[in-house]
Amino acid sequence: MLKLLWLVPTLPLAGFILLILAPGRLSKRLSAFIGVGSVVLSALLTVGLSMEFLQSELPGNTYRQILWTWIAIADFTPRIALHLDSLSLVMILVITWVSFLIHLYSTEFMVDETDYQRFFAYMNLFVASMLLLVLADDLLFLYLGWEGVGLCSYLLIGFWYQDPANGYAARKAFLVTRVGDTAMALGLLLLVTHLGTLNIQLLMERASQAWPVGSTLALVAAALLLGGAVGKSAQLPLQTWLPNAMAGPTPVSALIHAATMVTAGVYLIARTHVLFELAPPVHTAVAVIGAFTLLLAACSALVQTDIKRILAYSTMSQIGYMFLALGVGAWSAAIFHFMTHAFFKALLFLSAGVVITSLQHEHNIFKMGGLRRQLPLAFWGFLIGAASLASLPLITAGFYSKDLILWQVWSSPLGGPWLWAAGFIGALLTAVYIFRGWFIAFFGPVKTTVGKKPGILMGIPLLLLSLLSIVGGWVELLPMGGDQPFFSSLLHLTLPELETGYRSPGVELGLQFIVSTVSLLGIVLAYLFFLSKPQWRQTLLEKTPVSALRRFWYVGWGFDGVYHLLLVRPLQWFAHFNRSDFIDAFSRGMGWLLVWPFLWLARVNRDDFIDAFYRGMAWLAQVGHQGLSRTQTGLVRWYTGGIAAGAALLIAMVVFL
Amino acid sequence: MISIPLEHGLYLAAALFLLGLMGILGRRNLIFMLMSLEIMLNATGLAFIVAGARWGEAEGQIFFMLILTLAAAEVAIGLALILLIYRHFGTLDADRISEMRG
Repeated sequence: MLKLLWLVPTLPLAGFILLILAPGRLSKRLSAFIGVGSVVLSALLTVGLSMEFLQSELPGNTYRQILWTWIAIADFTPRIALHLDSLSLVMILVITWVSFLIHLYSTEFMVDETDYQRFFAYMNLFVASMLLLVLADDLLFLYLGWEGVGLCSYLLIGFWYQDPANGYAARKAFLVTRVGDTAMALGLLLLVTHLGTLNIQLLMERASQAWPVGSTLALVAAALLLGGAVGKSAQLPLQTWLPNAMAGPTPVSALIHAATMVTAGVYLIARTHVLFELAPPVHTAVAVIGAFTLLLAACSALVQTDIKRILAYSTMSQIGYMFLALGVGAWSAAIFHFMTHAFFKALLFLSAGVVITSLQHEHNIFKMGGLRRQLPLAFWGFLIGAASLASLPLITAGFYSKDLILWQVWSSPLGGPWLWAAGFIGALLTAVYIFRGWFIAFFGPVKTTVGKKPGILMGIPLLLLSLLSIVGGWVELLPMGGDQPFFSSLLHLTLPELETGYRSPGVELGLQFIVSTVSLLGIVLAYLFFLSKPQWRQTLLEKTPVSALRRFWYVGWGFDGVYHLLLVRPLQWFAHFNRSDFIDAFSRGMGWLLVWPFLWLARVNRDDFIDAFYRGMAWLAQVGHQGLSRTQTGLVRWYTGGIAAGAALLIAMVVFL
Repeated sequence: MISIPLEHGLYLAAALFLLGLMGILGRRNLIFMLMSLEIMLNATGLAFIVAGARWGEAEGQIFFMLILTLAAAEVAIGLALILLIYRHFGTLDADRISEMRG
């Protein structure tokens, strides 16, 4: 069974190839069949693989499958090889299953689109790239998947390419993540030049042997990899592409946010954790970046009016939590949060998608209102997702993962009260912003008529994801409630366990209680401000500093403006200013210098003997033509005379010569 | 048996041929031109007969029969054409029935 590991990324890839190379346009039913079928096969295979992986006692708890050697240049022989350990196992399980549910949902969601086949082709390539990324045994191979994910995000964000704004959003996502990718490529070059390999396991081994903790090379390498992760995962300061990425269809947003692209950075850091442990300042930077991003994005989410932008900022914030966890060495907590986040964020996006389609592409929550009765499925789906995101205690998956992160941030020697406080405030803001959206969209007066209602293909994914958003956290029971860290113990086969300085049940319980209270408090605040006492909000907004802050948060803390001013404008100015610089002048001069002699030569030489010869030929032909045309008189007797004279001449020649 | 020498026959044929040719070149009436053409054909036929008789071979007479057939066909078609031309142009002057433009 494990031998079939190669099929996991190959199946969606095959689906992509079938869809993109199919001659002509396939029927929608067939496109959906290929698109969903390849992913569901992959998902089922993953379940089988994990069964066997958990049962069999593999050496080192990893399974490697070397498919072929990619390049062989002297000592540098990167292989196309797959690496299955508990980390990649969890990743492929989440990726394939969540992608499958999103694919299933898309079959109905996208049914009115003419480019149905293209949509599924891109989606399949996206899933395949992400699976390659997490299964790669080699950083070069990982980079292939990494760039594939970037390409697919570009293709899918710009899916509705007729609107230039979507193309702009797609280019922005591509270029901003490319900044991070450049850093990552440099990091890979550094690693391969100094350690001579890109095989991840070997690399980690050699790095810890060759580089002492805190050495400059380790710092630089880790920082460059962090740059790549920051770009892909939309963390500070490369987070600006994510809100624009909402230009794509809603299932695409769900796929990017829940299962694939933005979690690639989290995976990369977890995968190369040895390197980050060798570079303590960079490791701390991961946590700090995460803390800042989560606060910043949560504040922005608080004031957005576009439902998808709320969710986009929310993703940024939740990935911030994962970075926070990674930064304090709570590797498995980060992956745990990745998993629960995949469930509830997909659920939130798909619920939002139901609302958006049923209201004829209305994104503004203030124009929705009162959808509680008309769209019960979206209502409950969004509620469960929101509760999980806000980490409502005990009954939601998000609670378990976020609580674990916060506890480990508190107790880790790398963490501490300050980082914990950031996460804590973030938890409050999260509860407020997501329930704000829920209250405004689903309660209050009815403002719009509901068009299309979701069918069964959209209903099933919502139901399953709702279920997962609730029970998904029970794989990791807290020390206070059962103490069955099944998930962590699985991941600790691959990732190191967090060495907490102390383990005090009293403190843990107290912190848990505080976090639970704060998320409940956030929900109550959202209820008061946005549903029961809207006049409070009005009075608050009338104060100038508050509304100024609101505008500032609304534009995402002005990052776009600053980048525009600092990078885009100077570049545009420079390009404009420099449009006739000396290189331009030089090339123009060179062109003139080369062309002019030929022109001169041609002019001087226009009467040479070859020209004369050809002109003579033309003249001769013309004269001959004129002479011969005289003979064509139409007079029969002239012709006869001509024939007779000719015959006489011929005979005379024959007789006398 | 006094045989007529070959040259005499050929001279006659040549004289007939030239007469015919001159008729064609000199006359403008299509009917006279057709008649002159017949004379030229007869001159050719005479030359073949003379040559056949001189070498005692049958080809000359076979050729003459071919020429006769040709002449009969030619007269049939030629006369029909002349009739049509006369009806169309109202004249039989070969120099005036041109329809060429340019």
